[in-house]
Amino acid sequence: MKPHDETLLLDTPFAAGVRRACQLQDWGHWKGYATPNAYEDVEQEYFALRNAAGVFDLSPMTKYRIGGPDAGAFLNRLLTRDVGKIGPGRVGYCVWCDDAGMVLDDGTLFHLSEGDYRLCAQERCLDWLHWSALGFDVDIQDETAAVAALAVQGPTSCAALRALGLDGMQDLKPFALRSFAFDGGELLASRTGFTGDLGYELWTAPDHAQALWDALFKAGRDYLIRPIGMAALDLARIEAGFIQAGEDFVPADQVLRPGRGRSPFELGLDWLVDFGKGPFTGRSALLRERQRGSRFRFVKLDVQGDKPAADSFILNKSGKVVGHVTSAAWCPSAKRNLALASLQMPWGRPDDALYAEIYYSRELHWTRLKARCKVIEGPLWDPPRRRQTPAPDF
Amino acid sequence: MTEAAYDAIVIGAGHNGLTCAGYLARSGCKVLVLEANDHPGGLAATWEFAEGFRVSAAHLLHILNPQVAKDLALELHGLKCAAADLRTVALDGAGGQVAIYGGKVEGVDAADAVAYAEFHRQTQRFTKVLAGFCARTPPRLAERGWGDNLALARLGWDLRSLGKADMRELLRIAAINIYDVANDRFENPLLKAAIGLDAVLGSHMGPRSPNSVYGYLHRHLNDGLGGGGPRVVQGGMGALGEAFATAAEAAGAEIRYGCRVVRIDLQDGRVAGVTLADGNGFTANLVLSNANLKTTFLDLVGPANLDAGFVRRVHNFRAQGVTAKLHLALDGLPEFRGLASTDAGARLLLTPSMDDIELAFNHAKYGECSPSPIMEVSIPTLHDPALAPVGKHVLSAVVQYAPHRLRGGWEASRAAFLQTCVDRLETFAPGIGGMVLASELLAPPDLEKQFNLRGGHWHHGEIALDQALFMRPVPGAHRYATPVSGLYLCGASAHPGGGLSGLAGRNAALQAIREQEAK
Repeated sequence: MKPHDETLLLDTPFAAGVRRACQLQDWGHWKGYATPNAYEDVEQEYFALRNAAGVFDLSPMTKYRIGGPDAGAFLNRLLTRDVGKIGPGRVGYCVWCDDAGMVLDDGTLFHLSEGDYRLCAQERCLDWLHWSALGFDVDIQDETAAVAALAVQGPTSCAALRALGLDGMQDLKPFALRSFAFDGGELLASRTGFTGDLGYELWTAPDHAQALWDALFKAGRDYLIRPIGMAALDLARIEAGFIQAGEDFVPADQVLRPGRGRSPFELGLDWLVDFGKGPFTGRSALLRERQRGSRFRFVKLDVQGDKPAADSFILNKSGKVVGHVTSAAWCPSAKRNLALASLQMPWGRPDDALYAEIYYSRELHWTRLKARCKVIEGPLWDPPRRRQTPAPDF
Repeated sequence: MTEAAYDAIVIGAGHNGLTCAGYLARSGCKVLVLEANDHPGGLAATWEFAEGFRVSAAHLLHILNPQVAKDLALELHGLKCAAADLRTVALDGAGGQVAIYGGKVEGVDAADAVAYAEFHRQTQRFTKVLAGFCARTPPRLAERGWGDNLALARLGWDLRSLGKADMRELLRIAAINIYDVANDRFENPLLKAAIGLDAVLGSHMGPRSPNSVYGYLHRHLNDGLGGGGPRVVQGGMGALGEAFATAAEAAGAEIRYGCRVVRIDLQDGRVAGVTLADGNGFTANLVLSNANLKTTFLDLVGPANLDAGFVRRVHNFRAQGVTAKLHLALDGLPEFRGLASTDAGARLLLTPSMDDIELAFNHAKYGECSPSPIMEVSIPTLHDPALAPVGKHVLSAVVQYAPHRLRGGWEASRAAFLQTCVDRLETFAPGIGGMVLASELLAPPDLEKQFNLRGGHWHHGEIALDQALFMRPVPGAHRYATPVSGLYLCGASAHPGGGLSGLAGRNAALQAIREQEAK
């Protein structure tokens, strides 16, 4: 692998397989790594995720290994949720905030073994982790390049992984971890993902990456497994209602203008904030917000029609702008036109009459549409197989 | 074990802690002051360093705030001056001297004398504005209320009433270095050296460091209030500490010595009391810390109880001392080259030029002591003979530069640096080396240990624009209140900084009283 001073974009450990499969040569970049937007066809890749299995190379994901005697205490001070409730062998979704209670990033915390953690993040935050470590006896390593990772998502994912030789995969509970022997090394599997469906993520050393890619596609052939790019994954995560840093909120350390950050409450992540667990960064500010009220509400909107409301203003009945859409897509499986939106308080109540102002072009003929929006409560895409243990066989 | 509750606990009986306690007690609070040492005053302390010879840590009183002195009735409580309005005499060691007294300067040509008189008048006008601001809690800049807007308007008005020319000049020089300003105005190298030394004494700065002008204005804070030259306190500076303590006690505060606070106790994110080294504790809903910023938050509160961003700011507060204190017990009165015998008791500045100061500073940047240190010297026994046996004298010198984090460590270097200082003195006062009966060098780590001064910095932290006014000590704690509800800073770490003015203690007490009443 070439270092960054020799090449603008790095290859992931799966590059040989990825490059072979990426017929469209439609490359994007993710945190300094070349990554396919699509391999062959976005829709087919999306439908593989929902009806078979899609494989996504998530090696560029920022990964930090956190150990040392105070690792648990350090993470509990860093994250808004109670880390003590994420036992060894478990994974938890989490956010962390700055002093003002504004979200810096969201990610997943893997409790690999007692006191040994991996924090997966969208943004790089080594400096923030180190500043947060003052007064704690912890060891923090950036292991982004040292861990190769694949997401295997979709209804046949479990069957495909069993065919790969990961025996007992069906018994892995959601947000649980398990280690397997593979290619003379270790393969860590977690029942996690970014699609809101049955799915797994596989973690191994870069030395075993090529073998894993080849073996997985060989074993998965009968399960209609195929590689998927960023575009299909994005569609799936919007359908599942998952937010993404940089899209649905601006990480607080990248915000330049006052007031543009968002708190966990303003992103609909109230359940991740635990005031009872003791001090954590942003606690005082979030407590104040709880008392005074939030500025924004984050909602899922069911938008009338089939035109995605990307970047739209959200208007109230009298035509006043009350917010904007952060992510939007026509969701093929849920069969809804979904928009994720940040609205000024108090807008976004279940019965509010809201409209998305959508502009779209048909052969360079632009049309403006005022589409009625309905606030959706609860998840839009939530198949039972997502939570079932043992995982259903397909 | 937890003893009876107080309304307020002040950590540290430094002069600011005592000032704070005095004001709180006057407002009707039941106040307890806890001091780790067995004497009050912090750096306003006097002790016997050799048999019969007494010295003080801070040796000259520059900027004691007149309002504080009046409110606490310090003179009634024992403050007496052995000498006031000391002349400042700069010596070059080769027989040259320049004497500064009030707005006048002797030993320079007519042009410099006129220029200095104008410089002094301008300094008075500037420091009048600054002193007004230093006597108030700085306003909030981000989340402003009407009170903050009023305070800002008042600052704007004060600046505006300087007149166009002065306001421009203040804004021009406030953030630049004293080297350029002195060179712009004066020719005489000794006069420039005296002004340059005033700007950097106590700071990790040379005359050419950015915003060293601010250091000069801070040292001359009282010029704008009609204050004269420095004063020598009768009985040593410890008598000032005692006067503050007596004043605080007279106001109703209780002071306990030998009580080292090791923890500020919190309950659900707000202050609940303090715990002492012996395990005993006191409860109070209001704790005011005269300890420095880093001690208060990194040691007593603990980073785990604070937001990470705030801890980062506290960690980055520049508070590494570069100033040592030299004490010599002398068999007789030394004779400095070029110094009139009538000026022997003056404040002596030993450096021939601003370049000499800058060269001395260069070493500090790389963790070394200056091979040719600069000094502010006083011989207090000329004003207060009781500090030494009959016919003998004490020499007290503030010495720069002696970095807290010395390469190789202080244990290996203390004796050598003391000899360097005596050798340097020898060039200014030939024969002084032979008069030394006893000596003591307090390097920054010694000051740190003796006075519980983390980093060993005289002013708890650098006096520089990025750590002053709206930003002292750090954004988020510049109004004495801190992110920990009920915990206030009342020492030199807080606005307006160090220098035995009493303003930090006074402002903190008044702010705390206002905020408690508003609740």
